[in-house]
Amino acid sequence: MQLVLTEDQEFIAKTAEDFVAEKSPVSRMRELRDNADATGFSRELWKEMADLGWAGIPFTEELGGADLGMAEFVTVLEALGRALAPEPFLSTVLLAGQALRLGGSESQQKEWLPGLIAGEKILTLAYQERSSRYDLASVETKAEPQGDGFLLSGEKIQVLDGHVADAVIVSASASGGVGLFLVRKGAPGMEIIRQSRLDCRNTAIVKLDGVSVAKSDLVGEIGAGGDLLERVIDLATVGLCAEMLGGMSEAFEQTLAHLKERVQFDVPIGSFQALKHRAADMFIEVELCRSAVMAAARAADEESEEARKLISLAKVRCSEAFVLITNEAVQMFGGVGMTDEYDIGFYMKRARAAEMTFGDAAWHRDRWARLSGY
Amino acid sequence: MADLEKFRSETRSWLEAHAPKSMFGARGGAQEGVWGGKKAVYEDPDRKLWLDVMAEKGWTSPTWPTEYGGGGLSRDEAKILAQEMRGLKLPAPLVGFGLTMIGPTLLQFGNEEQKKEHLPRICRGEIRWCQGYSEPDAGSDLAALQCKAVDDGDHFLITGTKVWTSYADLSDWIFSLVRSDPNVKKQAGITFILIDMESPGVTVRPIQLISGASPFCETYFENARVPKANVIGTINGGWTVAKALLGHERTMIADTFGGGAGGRRKTLAEHARSHLPSVDGKLSDPVFRDEIARVELDARAFALTVQRTRDGAKAGHKPGPESSLFKVYGTELNMRRQELMVRIAGPQALGWEGEGFEEDELSLTRDWLRSRGNALEGGSSEIQRNIIAKRVLGLPD
Repeated sequence: MQLVLTEDQEFIAKTAEDFVAEKSPVSRMRELRDNADATGFSRELWKEMADLGWAGIPFTEELGGADLGMAEFVTVLEALGRALAPEPFLSTVLLAGQALRLGGSESQQKEWLPGLIAGEKILTLAYQERSSRYDLASVETKAEPQGDGFLLSGEKIQVLDGHVADAVIVSASASGGVGLFLVRKGAPGMEIIRQSRLDCRNTAIVKLDGVSVAKSDLVGEIGAGGDLLERVIDLATVGLCAEMLGGMSEAFEQTLAHLKERVQFDVPIGSFQALKHRAADMFIEVELCRSAVMAAARAADEESEEARKLISLAKVRCSEAFVLITNEAVQMFGGVGMTDEYDIGFYMKRARAAEMTFGDAAWHRDRWARLSGY
Repeated sequence: MADLEKFRSETRSWLEAHAPKSMFGARGGAQEGVWGGKKAVYEDPDRKLWLDVMAEKGWTSPTWPTEYGGGGLSRDEAKILAQEMRGLKLPAPLVGFGLTMIGPTLLQFGNEEQKKEHLPRICRGEIRWCQGYSEPDAGSDLAALQCKAVDDGDHFLITGTKVWTSYADLSDWIFSLVRSDPNVKKQAGITFILIDMESPGVTVRPIQLISGASPFCETYFENARVPKANVIGTINGGWTVAKALLGHERTMIADTFGGGAGGRRKTLAEHARSHLPSVDGKLSDPVFRDEIARVELDARAFALTVQRTRDGAKAGHKPGPESSLFKVYGTELNMRRQELMVRIAGPQALGWEGEGFEEDELSLTRDWLRSRGNALEGGSSEIQRNIIAKRVLGLPD
């Protein structure tokens, strides 16, 4: 594993940084929120991003993808994370997209993935329930046999981009174990209720009241759904960590600029040692996170034995660092940091939400210890 | 490339033919690290033999120019030599501050005579060096040093105290910072000078630490006469030389704590299993288990960061800003680890010596106490954070 960007990766990263700087300021998220936008992101920009090839990065060329991996994808997600860009990469490309790539049949892949890669289809994965916290195996949603197919009943929460999804892949318990089932938009018995979260990330409740699913819409096999789910969530965790790295870098740089500009007692407050040393610690945290995210992405691509441990490492580091840095940021901004007018609060809210997505730091430390044999 | 492959096979043959038989496999042994010097005692004559054949070849300092006793190897060749020595499990023939600190400084700042006089003797392990920087009243504020150099024609008369002079009691020469002009800005009145410790007026006293006996000493100068020819750089221009040498020292310390350090040591989990109950391999105490994971995770993230710098360097990138965190994070991480080891051992970590405590429990205690110095020596953690804030983050004074 080489922890250095190749020229191609540097090029992708630069393209993404430039694109985000030009077209996706964080003010976009503020406007969508203030206007209570029904979509919650920009379909035009999503299409533009897909045209740049971003949605196709982790898919084969046959399907219209770029045949690259997480090492490339994280550079794009880091740039998007800097601006808290709300386009549906996590839900569509990573959660549902990777479930179909890793577990879907050929006909399922052909039906959904080319449209996904082209930026025309939005998909998501509904894996979380009110009482499941971070336990992917705790699935109360039921899949009962019905004729040749299944009947789904239950409730999924905080389903990313569920309000606009053309299809939702749902985890449900059948008699033979957990399975993943693809439910198309508008299926009778499925109700989508948009949720409002502190960080403005687009989420929805998916209620399933006897929803019929054909056997051909089972993704993978009954009983293998738990393993598939874990592999998919692992890849999505790497992606989320890259967004978090971008978010914490931006929050840190804004704070650093503030420390140099804000004058009190006739001097810039960044000259005070009490703040300098904390800034140095924040710098160290960001650098350690960058190494961890790069390693996790490469280990995932190489399917190395250590991949799961390194993914947990990235999530622990990014969860703690993003929360620490945004807490410090609000403190160092002072009173204005508490106002909605300043962007820094958005990052603090996103840090908390990201921490509690796909397992928090304590949960991943437990997984690390388990995988390490203690 | 073909040349390098030829060099590799020649090097391997040469090592196999010239290293004393007992040296193969001796790498990492208890006796590793010959420091040389006039006071050196060689319990194993093969160690001396190994030093002599390697010095003769110039390979105690492979990249230094041959005219000064070095091997004249390119970086790539030196890397191959190191790899071949590792492969044959051969120990380093010579270690010490001559090779790591004063040697590189002399190559950069010394004049021809100084290089000719000192470098070959370093390469042959004849002279052992120590460092005279800190003083009782000049620690983090090193430039406040007061050890005074009074002009006496072609000599200086040196009077003052240097502290934390590691291995001064075993050394032959000391490189020192002295106050040659008390009437200017403090950095502008410092001279970097080499002092023969056999000079009249030089005395040494070992320092006892909270962890017990230590290599540290206090070194006293009382009107010690030192030729002006021993000044490195210019008189009153020593601060520049001093800072360059500190750079070599911090690289050395960071190397000690960065990445590779985990190799030989017991893992925290292994240590925990011998002191704490576990069920089916899982530690029963959830708090200790979480704390162990914390330290392990941070250690891994740190090692990956060291790797990232190395991979970047191999790809031709300049060292990134991340290298500035190695000293502060590496040492603080080691301190956290030592502290956790002691807390896991519980009351068995309270021994000082004698009955009722195992050897490894006693060394655990001493290692923990000694580790408290990690965040002080070579620039304290506070100084490191100041440097990051100023040089990397550009925060104002």
